[in-house]
Amino acid sequence: MNAFRLYLRYISISFKAQMQYKVSFLLQTIGHFLVTAIEFFGIWALFSRFNTIGAWTLAEVALFYGMVNVSFACADALGRGFDVFGKTVRTGDFDRLLLRPRSTVLQLLGTEFTLKRMGRFSQGLLVLGWALATLQIPLTPQTGWLLSASLVGSVALFLGIVIMQATLTFWTIESLEIMNILTYGGVETAQYPFSIYSQWFQQFFTFFVPLACVSYFPILAVLNKASAFSVPLWVCYVSPIAGILFLLVALRLWKFGERYYCSTGS
Amino acid sequence: MQAYRSLFLTRFALLLQYRAAALVGIATQLFWGVVKVMVLAAFFSHSDSTQPMTLQEAIGYVWLGQAFIVAIVPWSGDREVQELIRTGAVGYDLLRPIDLYNFWFTRALAMRTAPLILRAIPILTVTMLILPLVGLAEWSLAFPPSFAALAAFSVSFIGAVLLSAALTMLLTVSMMWTISGEGVNTIVPPLVIIFSGLVIPLPLFPEWIKPLLNLLPFSGLLDQPLRLFTGNLSPEALLGVLIHQAVWVAVMIWLGRFLVSRGVHKLVIQGG
Repeated sequence: MNAFRLYLRYISISFKAQMQYKVSFLLQTIGHFLVTAIEFFGIWALFSRFNTIGAWTLAEVALFYGMVNVSFACADALGRGFDVFGKTVRTGDFDRLLLRPRSTVLQLLGTEFTLKRMGRFSQGLLVLGWALATLQIPLTPQTGWLLSASLVGSVALFLGIVIMQATLTFWTIESLEIMNILTYGGVETAQYPFSIYSQWFQQFFTFFVPLACVSYFPILAVLNKASAFSVPLWVCYVSPIAGILFLLVALRLWKFGERYYCSTGS
Repeated sequence: MQAYRSLFLTRFALLLQYRAAALVGIATQLFWGVVKVMVLAAFFSHSDSTQPMTLQEAIGYVWLGQAFIVAIVPWSGDREVQELIRTGAVGYDLLRPIDLYNFWFTRALAMRTAPLILRAIPILTVTMLILPLVGLAEWSLAFPPSFAALAAFSVSFIGAVLLSAALTMLLTVSMMWTISGEGVNTIVPPLVIIFSGLVIPLPLFPEWIKPLLNLLPFSGLLDQPLRLFTGNLSPEALLGVLIHQAVWVAVMIWLGRFLVSRGVHKLVIQGG
């Protein structure tokens, strides 16, 4: 069986397992929806008082908000196995994964496809749809490329961060929640256009963790604002690739870290 | 009373053990605070009309919110007690010769105060003293404008702790009714987060919704004490804040006691 078919089989088992507790699933999804919807309610409240944030309107910010939340929800659902990797190492369960004749990355990706993330996903999608309709963004090949590249790049970036977090566990055993700053904090940050932040903050999220490359720059081009912020247009079209590169680096680090794995023996 | 005091001190000491987690938490809260401060500063810098609170007050409000986020905000009930209820081990607690509600309420009080030492003090130190030193004075948490403001804040803070513990108890004992406990424990925390002022300061909400926000119990958790601290609410308003808190504490304790006694009444402990 090839890797992809095996992955699909993992996912379908994961679906069935989660559907055993239907009420619990429903409540958790509603909870996720509420938590994220509240975040947007806060943004809306601020706009109803201040009208704009710099050169940006509510609908434009909603586009940033929708894109980053949809991508993060996907990455979060895919990367659950890496997210709980600290526990896998502590309990010694990782030994079992190593014994199987498949890559550990595939097995961890297949651990669980977290359906309750549908809450954040659907809320982000609603906001995104509203933003696209309000701003009357035309569906051209250009916007199609920019939005899908941003989506793929963001999912790759967030997955990369979660994998790096898991990689650190090879040395620390304990899971390091400090990376939550980059995942949840990254979502919080990218909900607004990066131009409102301080220079050093923008540089950190462009060159070190390329969050601006996957969310800010492509959307800048979608909104026809690239020249207004003196960003070359071609940068907006290619920058989401940085997310894929980040993921590749994370996977290399994972392979490297795996060699240092020492079972806890429990 | 002796028993409650010992219980409180033991729980408090136990909760102080999670230092590494606290360190990570502090870093996270500081990052969150910086983002929120930059967002608010951007909103304020392009506004020419006067707002119900100044940027400095809003920044102070954000930092205080980050400092007290783990202590005061009832994110969940007491998970250990919920686990006892779920597994039936709650039977041991029923055997104790003290009042069950008071016993759990004391635990909740420790849960809501221990993070003050581990999280609030470091965050307050960084935002009040260190930020001005590294040249970020405009992002720092300003001292209260007067001694009266500080005193009013301190008194209202005690009310906030009690309110938080009472709300924690409601979340905890909801477990007796739903077994999985997920319903109430999923729906309430998001309401707490937004209506206590954690997402954005409550004074910045649209005017028409404010009477409702002030009436709800959640504003007594963070919003009103924080506004007393920053000077957005004058110290004379303390009495109103305290009455608001006292009424809600009374209602919640009454409801919690009712739920506990009814819960115990219908409780079936699975043997095994």
